[in-house]
Amino acid sequence: MTVPLDFPEVNEVDVALTVNGARYRVHCEPRTHLADALREHCGLTGTHIGCEHGVCGACTVEVDGAPQRSCLQSAVRFEGKQVTTVEALNDDPLTAELRAAFSAHHALQCGYCTPGMLITARDIVRRLPHADEARVRDELAGNLCRCTGYQGIVDAVMYVLSTHHKREQ
Amino acid sequence: MKAVAYELERVSSVNEALSALARDEFYKAIAGGQSLGAMLNLRLAQPECLIDLDAIAELRAATVHGDELVLGSMTTHAAIEDGKVPDVTHGMLAHVAHGIAYRAVRNRGTVGGSLCHADPAADWVSAMAAMGATCEVVGPQGSRRVPAEQFVRSAFEPDLNPGEILVQVRVPRLSAQARWSYRKHCRKTGEFALAIVTGVVDPDRGIERLVLGALDGPVKVHSGPGLYARLADPAERRALLSDPESGLSYERRAWHGDLLASVVADLGAKQ
Repeated sequence: MTVPLDFPEVNEVDVALTVNGARYRVHCEPRTHLADALREHCGLTGTHIGCEHGVCGACTVEVDGAPQRSCLQSAVRFEGKQVTTVEALNDDPLTAELRAAFSAHHALQCGYCTPGMLITARDIVRRLPHADEARVRDELAGNLCRCTGYQGIVDAVMYVLSTHHKREQ
Repeated sequence: MKAVAYELERVSSVNEALSALARDEFYKAIAGGQSLGAMLNLRLAQPECLIDLDAIAELRAATVHGDELVLGSMTTHAAIEDGKVPDVTHGMLAHVAHGIAYRAVRNRGTVGGSLCHADPAADWVSAMAAMGATCEVVGPQGSRRVPAEQFVRSAFEPDLNPGEILVQVRVPRLSAQARWSYRKHCRKTGEFALAIVTGVVDPDRGIERLVLGALDGPVKVHSGPGLYARLADPAERRALLSDPESGLSYERRAWHGDLLASVVADLGAKQ
């Protein structure tokens, strides 16, 4: 016996996204948020989804050079903007420094929060070159980590803050 | 969780937004989406259609007209935090903006969106009331102005009729001698406040104003000459907090009381 499944009608739209410099043509529902569009439609699974209400920071990506949550808004709203995910930061010198510091300071264990942490850490180092530890903790408050207790992450960011800008000069 | 299915319509001018919203009273405007996005994903909001204000350039302008900063409702918290908006408040706007949620949220979240979401614990709800700002609303019947302290009618209920949008927040310039204090109590950096107390003293304009926020509904505003001199007395502060009119719970009397003492200390120091 076969029972036909009665799926509701789905209204999908074409969305043109620019991610990591490449053009993606995505066919998804207007309600599909950017994180789902990146993971399910662009195949870019580096962006993680944690809470889906803007608290955990795992889905943080760069939009026109500044970090934003990718779970909070429809992918349609990112048309015409430059989205950068952790995948594009492979060859970025600052992110390479951060990755090395994250390893050296035990700033990750399971790695679930790490893509968002790297995006946020990169923003801290670029935007706040003189941040002290209290400010770094403040700025990291929007990214939750359940493994490290944060000390390793704070140490890694502080280390890169102390070395990166000297190297740049 | 995933949002319910909805349509999304992008508009590029205020007039387009108004005609889109006029089609159905259940259509909802979306600004930065940093609160509404969460409400959608939690299915607390289930609109049929969202009217996306993101592309309306005129709502991002911030200019000084006479003694007022006219802040487009789509100005982001980050733009204010970074001083990209003229400062007429001796740093109060930037200070408040910096304390909102997290940088990734501030980069997209907007002043107007935050006010229209009307969460009593949102920073701008209290801060704009303390600064004596005015909200400019446009709708099918033209435009009207609402004092910021009255803009939140009750929790999650802004003073917006169907089809209306908030286009500007007008912040009066603080005079040279003016001082402000903004204090809030959060268990964790960036979360919504459990209590907010903020005040502005501007002797040249004859203003002494105190706002208690993050309550169940609208802010509580106290004002008048000699307010802060009176509140220097702890007994006066206790009386203000335990006044049955204020409707503060036992916990709030403790939280707000603690912050109130700090605000009075901040604003009383140079008198």
